[in-house]
Amino acid sequence: MLSGILIFNQKGENLIFRAFRSDCRPRLADIFRIQVISNPQHENIYLVAVTKSNANAALVFEFLYRLIMLGKSYFGKLDEEAVKNNFVLIYELLDEILDFGYPQNTDPDTLKMYITTEGVKSAIANSPTDSSRITMQATGAQSWRRADIKYRKNEAFVDVIEDVNLLMSATGTVLRADVNGQIVMRAYLTGTPECKFGLNDRLLLDTSDTTGAAKSRGGGGTSGAGKATRAAAGSVTLEDCQFHQCVKLGRFDADRIISFVPPDGEFELMRYRATENVNLPFKVHPIVREIGTTKVEYSVAIKANYSAKLFATNVVIRIPTPLNTATTTERTSQGRAKYEPEHNNIVWKIPRFSGQAEFVLNAEATLTSMTHQKAWSRPPLSLSFSLLMFTSSGLLVRYLKVFEKSNYSSVKWVRYMTRAGSYEIRF
Amino acid sequence: MAMNKIRGAFAVPRKGETFELRAGLVSQYAYERKESIQKTIMAMTLGKDVSALFPDVLKNIATADLEQKKLVYLYLMNYAKSHPDLCILAVNTFVQDSEDPNPLVRALAIRTMGCIRVEKMVDYMEEPLRKTLRDESPYVRKTAAICVAKLFDLNPSMCLENGFLEMLQEMIGDPNPMVVANSVTALAEIHHSAVELGALQITANTLRKMLMALNECTEWGRVTILSTLAEYRAADVKESEHICERVAPQFQHVNASVVLAAVKVVFLHMKYVGPELAKTYLKKMAPPLVTLVSSEPEVQYVALRNIDLLLQKQPDILNKELRVFFCKYNDPPYVKFQKLEIMVRIANDRNVDQLLAELKEYAMEVDMDFVRRAVKAIGQVAIKIESASEKCVNTLLDLINLKVNYVVQEAIVVIRDIFRKYPGYEGIIPTLCQCIDELDEPNARAALIWIVGEYAEKISNAGDILGSFVDGFNEEFSQTQLQILTAVVKLFLKRPEKAQGLVQRVLQAATAENDNPDVRDRAYIYWRLLSNTSDQNATKSIVLSDKPPIVTTIHSLPPALLEQLLQELSTLSSVYHKPPEQFVGQGRFGADAVQRAAIEEQIQNARENPLAAAAAAAVSGTTPSAQAQNNVENLLDIDFDGGAPASVQNNAGGMSGLEGLAGTPVRVQSPAVGAPAPSGNNNLDDLLGVFGDSGASQPSSSGANGSGAAGDLMNGFSGLDLSGTTSPANDNQKKTNEDILSLF
Repeated sequence: MLSGILIFNQKGENLIFRAFRSDCRPRLADIFRIQVISNPQHENIYLVAVTKSNANAALVFEFLYRLIMLGKSYFGKLDEEAVKNNFVLIYELLDEILDFGYPQNTDPDTLKMYITTEGVKSAIANSPTDSSRITMQATGAQSWRRADIKYRKNEAFVDVIEDVNLLMSATGTVLRADVNGQIVMRAYLTGTPECKFGLNDRLLLDTSDTTGAAKSRGGGGTSGAGKATRAAAGSVTLEDCQFHQCVKLGRFDADRIISFVPPDGEFELMRYRATENVNLPFKVHPIVREIGTTKVEYSVAIKANYSAKLFATNVVIRIPTPLNTATTTERTSQGRAKYEPEHNNIVWKIPRFSGQAEFVLNAEATLTSMTHQKAWSRPPLSLSFSLLMFTSSGLLVRYLKVFEKSNYSSVKWVRYMTRAGSYEIRF
Repeated sequence: MAMNKIRGAFAVPRKGETFELRAGLVSQYAYERKESIQKTIMAMTLGKDVSALFPDVLKNIATADLEQKKLVYLYLMNYAKSHPDLCILAVNTFVQDSEDPNPLVRALAIRTMGCIRVEKMVDYMEEPLRKTLRDESPYVRKTAAICVAKLFDLNPSMCLENGFLEMLQEMIGDPNPMVVANSVTALAEIHHSAVELGALQITANTLRKMLMALNECTEWGRVTILSTLAEYRAADVKESEHICERVAPQFQHVNASVVLAAVKVVFLHMKYVGPELAKTYLKKMAPPLVTLVSSEPEVQYVALRNIDLLLQKQPDILNKELRVFFCKYNDPPYVKFQKLEIMVRIANDRNVDQLLAELKEYAMEVDMDFVRRAVKAIGQVAIKIESASEKCVNTLLDLINLKVNYVVQEAIVVIRDIFRKYPGYEGIIPTLCQCIDELDEPNARAALIWIVGEYAEKISNAGDILGSFVDGFNEEFSQTQLQILTAVVKLFLKRPEKAQGLVQRVLQAATAENDNPDVRDRAYIYWRLLSNTSDQNATKSIVLSDKPPIVTTIHSLPPALLEQLLQELSTLSSVYHKPPEQFVGQGRFGADAVQRAAIEEQIQNARENPLAAAAAAAVSGTTPSAQAQNNVENLLDIDFDGGAPASVQNNAGGMSGLEGLAGTPVRVQSPAVGAPAPSGNNNLDDLLGVFGDSGASQPSSSGANGSGAAGDLMNGFSGLDLSGTTSPANDNQKKTNEDILSLF
């Protein structure tokens, strides 16, 4: 398995060097290109894993990304400065999460119980009783949850966040449209609650007959009590889903019931993918004409395809310009457009975009003449936005039930949001 | 005075960083000591040698501060080797710590002890290890389990004598899933470094335990258990079914490596279950595989390489998922290239329109390498799917009309392959001939000339075209020269009246003014064939013989290698598409074995070829063996320092045969990987040129390895054949020719 973990800055200086096996020597840092299996770059550092065996490549890359995540959760962000300031802690972490090159528990919440930034908290871990409790939990079947959690008010927040990906050809046909969704939950629940979670998943709806108990937060007609939902909205075919480790995969596989004991606080309950019947929130019609070699004319129309009650925020349309653009002029019917020479883009921002509205941008880019004219590659036009109370896949939360020994009642909130993933339109 | 000076020279310097650190390490204030330890570790990371501080750091080992303890331990692990004697001083603390009431401290002690690779320390490890293996805290037990693997690595005999292996095997039955996972990890590691021990034997009982732990342990533990399950050969069909059933839910895990490991298990065990069941599992496997494609680029690449392997075995698992593999504008190039390959693999007559539109889009981008591959992909699709060939050819013509230099060149090469399969597209030849002036790469020129020669009777100005090439014959690359030669001869045989002068000019140029033996040889062969007047048809039947059509131009791995790689899913080996022996040797010390093999080879070379070695030695001014070692160090390893750890020697004794095996294949070029070496290519072209007078393309690029030898063989044949001109000989030869071609 892994022989060592190294972190370099952009100059190639070694910031962290942790060898786990004898075949990993300090000289390695100088020639890390030999037998290097990976270097995901993050911020301004390189994370490098070294091995001399036929290691599990997927595991190694996953692990390095987990390391980045862990760094973020500890230091806010993992960059050169954070590494330099916290190198002791990083060594401590590496020692804990990798043993002899084999990854151990990498769950940030668990690790934070006994590896902490402040010296004060680590005193807890020094007392034998506490630490035996901590270690029990860190290795237990429910390593993600403490046993003694108490809340006065039991609440659970569910956020359904969808990234909609679109690739549209120049002729306006949809080449590819799919949704990557995630369901993030913030659980503030007492004790060891057992949760059951229901979606309007087609496979599930065919078999189950439970009614929902989810309450919706915020306005909009997209969510409501289970009965209404089932009547109103159709069902969704989830292509694939992946779950947080707390979800009992066996039960999902057998009867598609999502059942779990949640960790405390925020976590990503599941991710899913849907490819059928994707509702595209925006339609874009770009017309781009290259006039001779000195001018490009743009006319971009964008129409919102969702209910007039909703509105999208932070809509940004990036319209690529040729590399040799000298100046541009833009006129818009809404929002502001600006040329960003460093990205070769005209950036059109619309802070608030109501449903069913349609806006147009007309622009003209003047090009400088170049000695060797290279064809313009015409990169696709891209869009970013976020839209509340709308799911592109049509997914709805039907219920979230909480069962606990003490039988308390709990309040649940659901929120939906659709964002642009890679929303690209060729022209 | 003088005495003092001398004494001063030997004393420890009173200034500088080391001095300051030392002062801090022995300070009376705890916080100052801790700060100095931190600074020492920092210096260590920067690559400074702070081993001189060893005794002073060691003084700080006995502390209640866990953080400080960890730092001291970290320092110890790094420098224990440089002060093996002083390590003894730390033993006491370790032993005490391993009985500490705090499980974190106990685990830390046993974990660190295993990492201090000093013989003396190992002697003291026995007791603490035995105790911690039976510790009440699962956290300590799981750490101790890994420590057994560390001990085995250091001193296998001690590990066996003390029965740690048996203890570890018992621990698979531990109630705690993490302990189970780590025990399996440790056992698997021991198993792989010493197969003869059979450390990891799976019984019905352990299988049940592992399947139970699978659903409860951490994601990394799951990967370990799954990898072990994948290697396990189930006792009967029922067991295989059971394993598949229990593993399949892991497809839904969020961690890509767990998903891949689960896919591996199911894929390997699927062979034994019924075809119906296998089909449902294949169906179940597709969506998770597709999901992997949206992960981080590196993970995505691993997934794509593995999907490539799976598709070669099961070509239709992802039939409907073509769109997922469309390249995004911002994908890194390595991901884009791999996606292209996969798209071609899953192309069928239903999705081909979509694919072609997409490929055409790519071919109009600006990244030259990507564009070329896209054009190539269009050709592969044309040859793969007959019904789509016309659309593909039209797409290629559209691209040629864009007049982008490199697109045109690649398209011509691709079209040549298409002609090999579908000779009927001669209508496009005029279009191709128009761009003759734009071609500057030998490959593209050769392709076009081949086309002209092949269709010489239908191209009215073939003589003029070839004439212009013959004029500049000696400026061409040899690859192109060979094609010119063949094409002119074909033209002459088809339309003798037009090419009489041309063929003489080209033969003259190729024999008298050319210094490439391949070109000369071929020219002489043609010359003799043409000057043979007794049987005109003999020449024709050789030069204008029918060529076996190309079946596919998609690169595929040989079945045996594929089977082997499927066993290695998700490992580096599956990413490189090479068996592990090619980049690591057997077990953990593979790299060392490779290195030793290389040294031996060098010495062997020196022995067999003393002259060359002596010459080389004279140049470098060293003895042969020393030079050999130098080379080896440069080429192979990063940390070769002669003194291999003791356990290496042990291992070497136990399995020297294996290591020899493991070492050698490294130097043999893989038959399947990468593009064929240029020389191989030449040979092959040569060979085909003589017999199929095509030299067009290799049906599969995996021919590189054999082509050299085959070339030699065929040269021998041609020599034989030139003397006898009877037609049976020709038939016979043609047969061999086809046989040989079908080999590729």
